[in-house]
Amino acid sequence: MSSNLHKKLKERAIEAVLFLSALSSVFITLSIVIVLAYESFGFFREVPLLEFLTGTQWTPLFAEPKFGILPLVTGTLLTTAIALGVALPLGLIAAIYLSEYAPHRLRETVKPVLELLAAVPTVVYGYFALLFLTPLLQVLIPELSGFNALSPGIIMGIMIIPYVSSVSEDAMKAVPMQIREGSYAMGATKFQTAFKVIIPAAFSGIAAAFIMGISRAIGETMVVAIAAGMMPNFTANPLEPVETLTAYIVQVSLGDVPHGTLEYKTIFAAGVVLFLMTLVLNIIGFWLRKRIREAY
Amino acid sequence: MNEELRNVETIKKRIAYTKFWDRVFLSVGSLATLVGLVLLFTLFIDLFVDGAPRLSLKFLTSFPSRFPEEAGILSAWVGTFLVMLVTAFAAIPVGIAAGIYLEEYARKNWLTDIIEINISNLAGIPSIVYGLLALGLFVYFFKFGESVLTGGLALALLVLPMVIIATREAIRAIPNSIREASYALGATKWQTVQWHIIPYSVGGILTGIIIGLSRAIGETAPIITVGALTFIAFLPSSPVTPDFPFLSFKWLSDPFTVMPIQLFNWVSRPQQAFHINAAATGIVLLLMTLLMNALAIYIRYRSRKKIKW
Repeated sequence: MSSNLHKKLKERAIEAVLFLSALSSVFITLSIVIVLAYESFGFFREVPLLEFLTGTQWTPLFAEPKFGILPLVTGTLLTTAIALGVALPLGLIAAIYLSEYAPHRLRETVKPVLELLAAVPTVVYGYFALLFLTPLLQVLIPELSGFNALSPGIIMGIMIIPYVSSVSEDAMKAVPMQIREGSYAMGATKFQTAFKVIIPAAFSGIAAAFIMGISRAIGETMVVAIAAGMMPNFTANPLEPVETLTAYIVQVSLGDVPHGTLEYKTIFAAGVVLFLMTLVLNIIGFWLRKRIREAY
Repeated sequence: MNEELRNVETIKKRIAYTKFWDRVFLSVGSLATLVGLVLLFTLFIDLFVDGAPRLSLKFLTSFPSRFPEEAGILSAWVGTFLVMLVTAFAAIPVGIAAGIYLEEYARKNWLTDIIEINISNLAGIPSIVYGLLALGLFVYFFKFGESVLTGGLALALLVLPMVIIATREAIRAIPNSIREASYALGATKWQTVQWHIIPYSVGGILTGIIIGLSRAIGETAPIITVGALTFIAFLPSSPVTPDFPFLSFKWLSDPFTVMPIQLFNWVSRPQQAFHINAAATGIVLLLMTLLMNALAIYIRYRSRKKIKW
């Protein structure tokens, strides 16, 4: 029967198209790796890897260029650390409150509103950091410079609260009710139950949420590009201007880089470092989330 | 039992002590939850106070200018609209198809595992890395140039994992009995997908698409790396022409700017007058994002209410 054959062929063709679409994710990852490797290969032919990894000066646009990535890495780590100082405690406490204390109705309204924090465009957060928070902080800390690591760090922290709180809350909600009831039956308060029973039980989920928060903070671009100063500064002082890996890529891209120049290749070298940092975190996070699924 | 615990007074004291900490956490917890909400609120107020006086029809219909009072965001919002058009056309079909494949067709094997790991990994890659990919691949390898097409495709890469994940979640919620009923009537796999799976999951898929696009509208970093311009005093060519065939795709290869870039440009200038323009652009951007999120929540709510399995 030819209509049957026709039907079968059509089914096969459709499945092939769907499969190719699913495979596109693999192609995208491959092309990221290939493009980053290819474009930074030229960079590492001109700049020795040792100088790149250990140099403390990053001045690729000067007449006598220096290619030490460390100032960009410390800038990234500094703003990330400040963001985590805000997001981890606030996000975790909010998650415990919403999961263990808040009445159902309140949780169902607060959670989506809290998630709006992550929906606000990051340029708007940059505006807020530079023109609202920095002047406010300068009243408290007079020696704070107009561009600094502190205020974008704090704003980034606020921005990633929902990433931390949402995933941790889901992990805590996944702890079976009997475990809570067992704890209450022993006469424990909600506080004791939350900290001694729920948090240990949901540990891998909470850890995955933290990792996700760190990864977001490392990759965040516009807040630091606007408010941190775009000054590659090898420092741990949050009151000074700094530049992150992401902000450097933005800075160079703004100047319409000629294709193939060393200047063009530097953004891919910075991109490789950024990609590897977040890749490691993504792998740890993936592994932790896999463990939650197996836990109960 | 511990000697100390036999004393009723000490037991009472201990209970009071633990209850005290319970109450302390209750207030600390509600405060911590409030901090985020208060800051969100402060941000709205600050933006509105700064930018609202500048918002007018003229602001939306003027080109950027050296004179802050005359500057507007016409080229920026038209650019945003065109870029989103490309993003939607590229990301939605591929994303839905990939989601359907993984839920309905994929066998449990190593290839499926690799695809799954890739999708969750892509969702965690910083947006600026997608910008670098688009710069190397679309601008210089495929020679699309610094165009609307490149910008739209760069954002499509970013939105794709979101569409795939939303599609899968929506499909997973459909009970197996539906599929079995369809097969029992002699339907093929694709007929089942086409007549049952897709129509029933459309609410969830739509929610994911809208949230993904609302994220893409605010994205700046990948658009900067592919070379969007910061000052454009003209519009891309019109997609509709008066002559046959009435449609033109020349706009795809035109240079462009988008609203977040216009905002970034104005906020980076020292003059206060440009900061007001930045705030006004921020309001427009924020309103669009919030409206899209509200729409997504509404669709999710309605589609959940309509279907009772």
